[in-house]
Amino acid sequence: MRPLEERQPTLAVYKFASCDGCQLSLLDCEDELLAVAGAIQIANFPEASREVLPGPYDVVLVEGSITTPHDEERIHDIRRAAGVLITIGACATAGGIQALRNWKDVDDFVNIVYANPQYIETLETSTPISDHVDVDLELRGCPIDKGQLVEVIAAYLQGRKPTIPTYSVCVECKRRGTPCVMVKGTPCLGPVTQAGCNGLCPAYDRGCFGCFGPMESPNTAALADQWHALGIPANRISEAFRSFNAWSGAFREESDRWEERSPV
Amino acid sequence: MVRPVVELDREGIDRLIAQLGDSGFTVIAPTLSDGTISHGPISSSQDLPVGWTEVQDAGTYRLTRREDDALFGYAVGPHSWKRFLHPPEVVVWQGDGGMTPLDLAPPPRYAFFGVRPCEMAAISIQDKVFLDSGFSDDVYRSRRTDAFIVEVECYEPGGTCFCASMGTGPGAVEGADLVVSEILDDEHRFVVRAGSDAGEEVLAALGAAEAETDVIAAAEQVVADAAARMGRTLDTDGLRAALTAQAQSERWDEIAARCLTCANCTMACPTCFCAGIDDSLSLDGAVATRTRRWDSCFGLEFSYIHGGSLRTSAASRYRQWITHKLSTWWDQFGSSGCVGCGRCITWCPVGIDITAEATAMLAEARSEEAS
Repeated sequence: MRPLEERQPTLAVYKFASCDGCQLSLLDCEDELLAVAGAIQIANFPEASREVLPGPYDVVLVEGSITTPHDEERIHDIRRAAGVLITIGACATAGGIQALRNWKDVDDFVNIVYANPQYIETLETSTPISDHVDVDLELRGCPIDKGQLVEVIAAYLQGRKPTIPTYSVCVECKRRGTPCVMVKGTPCLGPVTQAGCNGLCPAYDRGCFGCFGPMESPNTAALADQWHALGIPANRISEAFRSFNAWSGAFREESDRWEERSPV
Repeated sequence: MVRPVVELDREGIDRLIAQLGDSGFTVIAPTLSDGTISHGPISSSQDLPVGWTEVQDAGTYRLTRREDDALFGYAVGPHSWKRFLHPPEVVVWQGDGGMTPLDLAPPPRYAFFGVRPCEMAAISIQDKVFLDSGFSDDVYRSRRTDAFIVEVECYEPGGTCFCASMGTGPGAVEGADLVVSEILDDEHRFVVRAGSDAGEEVLAALGAAEAETDVIAAAEQVVADAAARMGRTLDTDGLRAALTAQAQSERWDEIAARCLTCANCTMACPTCFCAGIDDSLSLDGAVATRTRRWDSCFGLEFSYIHGGSLRTSAASRYRQWITHKLSTWWDQFGSSGCVGCGRCITWCPVGIDITAEATAMLAEARSEEAS
């Protein structure tokens, strides 16, 4: 490969266990997509083009979690052929909603779902990419925010640090001018969830679902106590932490803590 | 200087609002919005939260109906006026490849209608921060200089109000162009005082009758009654020294166990002024943009210097905030940084109460001093 100064950097997109929503965010960039395509060569992105150029690639976006023995091997091959490896979305960064299997016996699911379970080769757990290989940057969200994706690509091209905040969703709600839904009585995960969605759900009078995972210093215990004080039963509190980012540190621990309590 | 004082009825208030609009102001006032009383544009008194009030306590806020048609029968809402003067997100510079700054849109000329005394005090504090502390901030100045302020005295303090303790209400404080007092006895009327030359001009153009002394006395009585009905109180005697003396208190850890470090208090606070600067470049590299966004001392990035963040624990971040607000603000700006509006109490999702925490620290300091 020629040195970077003499050519456009190349981009590859890979998918593991996931719904495709995050890589679709790249196609969803619309206004920015042409600028992205003008600045970086999309070399391996089957969802966008049948043409696949050979690697290695300068920037690799990885979507999805590791759930099969085949995945476990494939991610190492991808890492070896990647300059910068960026994981995108809750599946790739936390194991995704499918990490709910981590609390159960996966064979039970396989036997219920598949007519011929003997052909299914799967792992006991769904785990984030960073459990298997070194990751250079994680972009959170279910799905990711396309603005953050463009910011990361721009920062890579310009050789600077991307601006990806790690504080709470509350900061975005306040900047946006959304009065706190929790103070008005609706349980919300915003105070323990990382920003990135621009406070989307509270702006529509819904509590935050925690799509972007734990913020930089999540006090999940204090928030959960307040939910309980608002009348939310223990099992519902446990379930709230156990969604797209169920397997990520603070959310996982808090969900376990409330599961062990009586359901009310 | 004796400024004119007039009496208006509700129709007179409508004429006042219309006159400000006709003079080119964007008139912003409390309105019903998002299940709260929040600021929005108005064109008549009908756009105000007529006959509404709210119930506020630590971590809780509920709108509720009044039994009258009061225009100002409520306390402060979730947002402060700093949204308009110190915007949450503003492009402060934008340039093309030649480093020629691109033109940025000029801000509107605002008339703030219904600024509470605590909020007027907060604006005066931000004036000091942004205009009078050795440098002048263009963003703030361009919005503040031509702003017209109609202050409204309080007669319905909220459950988390403690302006009487901070000397910032419920009666008017200095700084407004006009001061309105609403009287709700058998006759619904308003006393309006001019507080500046600009306010005097507006009153003159309005052509209203001078207020009688008994009406003025009635307005004063309403405020005096309100001072006795504050939802919270804060003993500030010795507080400034107590907070710095208790820097090593174990109580900070106890507060940190409850604190979410979510930054809601700082964003809701009408005097908190911190902001961060982000530089960005368009993908093609043609346009560079410098954006200023509200930031908070509760974030880790806020105290990040080479090698890491200075305040990694929640305890150190809460301590930084409350100590700055109630103690070191005096050293920096010559006043308290707290105006007793109660927003940080109401809008804390877990209801942490600045008056309770400060009182506890003060008690700790006093007992250590006594022993």
